[in-house]
Amino acid sequence: MSAQIRKIAVWVEETHSEMGRAISPPTRKAVAVAVIANPFAGRYVEDLTPLMDIGAELGGLLGARCVAALGIEPGQAQSYGKAAMVGEAGELEHAAAILHPKLGAPLRIAVEKGAALVPSSKKMGSVGQVLDVPLGHKDAAYVRSHFDGVEVRLNDSPRANEIMVAVAVTDSGRPLARVGGLTHEQAEGKDGLR
Amino acid sequence: MPEVRIRKIATAIEEIHHEGGPPAETPLLRGAAMAVIENPFAGRYVEDIQPFMEDLKPLGLDLAKRLLALLGGDPARIEGYGKAALVGAAGELEHGALWHSPGGYAMREVLGGAKAIVPSSKKVGGVGARLDVPVTHVNASYVRSHFDSMEVGLNDAPRANEILVVLVMTTGPRVHNRAGGLAAADIVGEDGLR
Repeated sequence: MSAQIRKIAVWVEETHSEMGRAISPPTRKAVAVAVIANPFAGRYVEDLTPLMDIGAELGGLLGARCVAALGIEPGQAQSYGKAAMVGEAGELEHAAAILHPKLGAPLRIAVEKGAALVPSSKKMGSVGQVLDVPLGHKDAAYVRSHFDGVEVRLNDSPRANEIMVAVAVTDSGRPLARVGGLTHEQAEGKDGLR
Repeated sequence: MPEVRIRKIATAIEEIHHEGGPPAETPLLRGAAMAVIENPFAGRYVEDIQPFMEDLKPLGLDLAKRLLALLGGDPARIEGYGKAALVGAAGELEHGALWHSPGGYAMREVLGGAKAIVPSSKKVGGVGARLDVPVTHVNASYVRSHFDSMEVGLNDAPRANEILVVLVMTTGPRVHNRAGGLAAADIVGEDGLR
């Protein structure tokens, strides 16, 4: 089963200054969202395999949209994250089926490498509700400057029988990171942690 | 004359395939480009604010160019537009009105002579407030199929001493438009209205 997409939205933000200090080059985040029909809305279905396949499809599609929106080479991506919001006629497990089994592999191809776990969040929500997508360094989860998040919302989504699926990619960490820890430059990126 | 101090620039694009009806052959695109800038008049009453309109012109042109590029770069493809401003709590509504001229004329310049007035909205709001940007046809305000809007906002803006300025363009009518009225094909195109 392939995803029945009603809408795709892409958001890019650049931070040029914070607290009066210039950020140069600006830090940049992209988040791409697909609003899809939930094939299992309104009923209990035991086998969620079709949603897992949809996850694989969207991981590649949304990851590539983010990279294109940032105008970078895949290897220049520094952090990533994923999230899903299920409309009220679905269940939280539908979000889990999309996000966890198969979404990561094609996303990692879209951003090149990606040794680290893709941080995620999921929830049920109604139209216009906020979805916060967590962000972490794509090759070394302990890189402290890259722990972040990006908010996404669409005034008309998700309707009750829909699911909003989001993938976020950045080419940078927080604007004025200064709480120490492992840095992007120090990261080895072999075990996904350091 | 105060310089325009930019904290953030963000873009949003929505690709609308359908809304419960027949999927569009070419999905409708709605795009927005926005900037979070410092309000040079925050916290006090300033009588003569008009010089800031001149200062905003380069930003208007930059946002209009980004927006056109986001929607594919062809001015002939742009069929609707709109603009709006969201003034942080230490400013006044009148500061938002300064965006009319630099925002509107920048879009007309990059589109090469759109005839219709650019619809607009403005308000005072807090961090995370949402702004509904009205949209109408670029050459004839009465074209009913192109009456539309796009909701935008940022979770971290506008701070009290900031203004969020926004431009929006669309590539066509509402995806399932069927409410009648003047059709885009019947525009006379002399007066910007019909």
